[in-house]
Amino acid sequence: MQDLDFLEAQSVYILREAYKLLGRLGMLWSIGKDSTVMLWLAQKAFFGHCPFPLIHVDTSYKIPEMITYRDKVAAELGLDLIVHGNREALATGMGPQAGRLECCKALKTEALQQVVRKYAFDGLIVGARRDEEGSRSKERVFSERNAADEWDYTRQPPELWDQFKTDFPKGHHIRVHPILHWNEIDVWRYIRREGIPIIGLYFARDGERYRSLGCAPCTGKIKSEAASLDAIIAELEATTVSERAGRAQDQEDPHAMQKLRKAGYM
Amino acid sequence: MGKGADPLKLVVAGHVDHGKSSVIGRLLHDTHSLPQGTVDRVKRIARETGKDFEFAYLLDALEEEQKQGVTIDITRLQFRTQKREYIIIDAPGHKEFLKNMVSGAADAEAAFLVIDAARGVEEQSKRHACMLSLLGIRQICLIVNKMDLIAYDEARFTAIKEGMNAFLASLGLMARDAIPFSALRGDNVLEPSPLMPWHKGHTLIQTLDDLEAARRPDQAALRFPVQDVYKFDERRIIAGRIESGTLRAGDEIVIHPGGKKTRVRSLAFWRTEDEKTEVRAGESVGIIVEDEFFNQRGEVISHAERPPLITRSFRASVFWLGKKPLRRGNRYKLKIATRAVEVVVEEIFGVIDSSTLALDNRAQELSLNDVAEVELGSQEALALDLFADCRALGRFVLVEGYDVAGGGVITADLSEEAAPDGFAHGELKARCEIFEEYHYNVKEKEIKKSRRAPEVYTLGDALPLSGKSYAYPDFFDIVVMRDRIAVSVREGKVTDIIPLEEYRYGGLPVLNGRGFAFLVRSGADWERCREEFTDARPKDEAALSARWLHFGAFRSIPFADGDWEI
Ligand SMILES: Nc1nc2c(ncn2[C@@H]2O[C@H](COP(=O)(O)OP(=O)(O)OP(=O)(O)O)[C@@H](O)[C@H]2O)c(=O)[nH]1
Ligand SMILES: [Mg+2]
Repeated sequence: MQDLDFLEAQSVYILREAYKLLGRLGMLWSIGKDSTVMLWLAQKAFFGHCPFPLIHVDTSYKIPEMITYRDKVAAELGLDLIVHGNREALATGMGPQAGRLECCKALKTEALQQVVRKYAFDGLIVGARRDEEGSRSKERVFSERNAADEWDYTRQPPELWDQFKTDFPKGHHIRVHPILHWNEIDVWRYIRREGIPIIGLYFARDGERYRSLGCAPCTGKIKSEAASLDAIIAELEATTVSERAGRAQDQEDPHAMQKLRKAGYM
Repeated sequence: MGKGADPLKLVVAGHVDHGKSSVIGRLLHDTHSLPQGTVDRVKRIARETGKDFEFAYLLDALEEEQKQGVTIDITRLQFRTQKREYIIIDAPGHKEFLKNMVSGAADAEAAFLVIDAARGVEEQSKRHACMLSLLGIRQICLIVNKMDLIAYDEARFTAIKEGMNAFLASLGLMARDAIPFSALRGDNVLEPSPLMPWHKGHTLIQTLDDLEAARRPDQAALRFPVQDVYKFDERRIIAGRIESGTLRAGDEIVIHPGGKKTRVRSLAFWRTEDEKTEVRAGESVGIIVEDEFFNQRGEVISHAERPPLITRSFRASVFWLGKKPLRRGNRYKLKIATRAVEVVVEEIFGVIDSSTLALDNRAQELSLNDVAEVELGSQEALALDLFADCRALGRFVLVEGYDVAGGGVITADLSEEAAPDGFAHGELKARCEIFEEYHYNVKEKEIKKSRRAPEVYTLGDALPLSGKSYAYPDFFDIVVMRDRIAVSVREGKVTDIIPLEEYRYGGLPVLNGRGFAFLVRSGADWERCREEFTDARPKDEAALSARWLHFGAFRSIPFADGDWEI
């Protein structure tokens, strides 16, 4: 069990470094548990404020409850929310039938690139965690993307003593990972401790629940009776199944996620 | 902080291919710490690429790593025993990826140094040990892996252990433990191996649980580097992380390097549930202070007792990871805690080859992967600590271009030897560099400066008005803008030292703190000049100097060969 206070303090430190040292900053907000925790951490870091816009990359295939929930929370908290989809690709009928990885590339990676260009972001705050999968386990806290949004994971600069990468050429941007050091179970324990409101899709109904949220066609439910935070935490303490087992795009090729992320995927 | 203990951070280091990733993979496998299907998936990848299953693939997640059978970048993973939680950091052993090894090892509390039983101690075994020592890691255990390749031979094991211990001893280190091991066969992982009955020491898991966890420095001197100042609402909040010590609402504090004093009015929180009146090392906090000075990122808050060192010059052990060599005279951006400042490499005291510890006393540059003792200097006063006193304020990185190119730990404050001359009268103090000697070095084709032992002058003292590169009149004034002090010199003696605010232009030559003449002819001139300097930002300095200062009025730059005797 990691010390939640320590996890929180480190995340707050990272968010404050990003806010001070990067120019235009935005935070990806996918409605899921990780980005919901990040929004909470931002309010901790900035004393009840969120001093940068949230970005939702809308593929149009999201589970419908996610969109309803998104709009409700954004209105309640008065969030500065940018919703962006890759309209050109959607107009030509892009969808999972074109191939899952093709679809992710167009509707997520490219859509994200469009947002970065449109708002000239220098920094994007992303809720990736090392324990999610292999390529994320290699991430730096401040991770550079070049002008084509690519990640050169074979040549990452040193990152030590919380001295993060804040110098980079114009046109590049930094992916900031404030919860890189958290585990899935830490996220849930923190949600429970803090009483953070969370979308209902994670809680079991009729013997099933979502463990990870994404697009409806590519996100499977798991068999589960866990209908409360306590039950989810107990379930995770006992499980040996990995978190993203229900995410179809990960299973396409052993290095699918690495390839997607190299090209700019979140 | 909360009840959960911080995980113990352990780095696994050693020469390329000696089996670091395999050792960790084996440990995860035998303790059933892997998610379901992971081993099957790795077996599938191995089959599809026509390779044998490798425990290392459990760590080396990148396609490039698996293809080449080499770890490129660090993996940090969490691991749990009955006793406690760990973060295990798998470092790459290839020389080319030393920068990644250092990134992983920098905040570790302990290290496993993996050595191949068949190949013995090799170049990176030593280099990694040297880095671990420089980074302040004192708990080191030797894992002599691949014992299966040498028929579990005790004599070979002992020879390797003793060889490595001798090297560690020359670094002032001692291994806590040494384990004969086989990642391939799983010997001495959880249970003592029947193939090595001669080994009476620990197994891997016992060695792990035997390590000592570092404690947070709550009891140490307060160090609170200012990260940012917020004014989102009516509150003005100074934000940052307590790096060491404890801070309470109501405490008297000093803000360095300026030295201003104030009191903590309250601690700031978002939610009332989180409110408290005491915060400790490791916490990210916000404070509201009684006096609203201009505060900025990089300042360091302490209590009045146990302040940090305030210095412009210090000695450090540095490691260099840059492609271009680090040379004497080079300038870098130094980042220490939340402060970023330009420093110049004043001196290189000897370069050490990190794999042999051979010392080259005459070397004047550090190449990739070298370590050395150097003197770094800054124009601005810095609040810092010796690494031995406070880790967070005693270590730094050096940035060249866009990337961190090196780092180091502070070993000595050199401010006394390096301090310039000064003027002092009661509380009033100013730095004085008007007696520095300049020359043009005809061999190196560069302008150089040299100094003598520093002196402090006060009222009545006679000044050495002529040197090799300067000749000052008997009557003049000196204004040291950065310290806001004015000095009157009459008949070659100091007759007055006053705050800048009280100074009035009186028609005599006015010099700055370096002996350059201000181009002023009247009181009105002087007022304008003073205002412009007071309002200047650092980047305006050259333009302002060009407008208001004349180097050659009392100074010259004579030719010289080699270093001058003063
Ligand atoms: N015979 C034998 N081979 C081993 C053992 N442990 C590892 N190996 C082999 O040694 C090779 C290197 O192992 P790795 O674990 O990748 O080595 P490493 O130290 O992590 O290498 P880098 O990370 O690239 O520095 C692989 O081919 C392993 O199969 C062992 O106990 N016995
Ligand atoms: Mg390895």
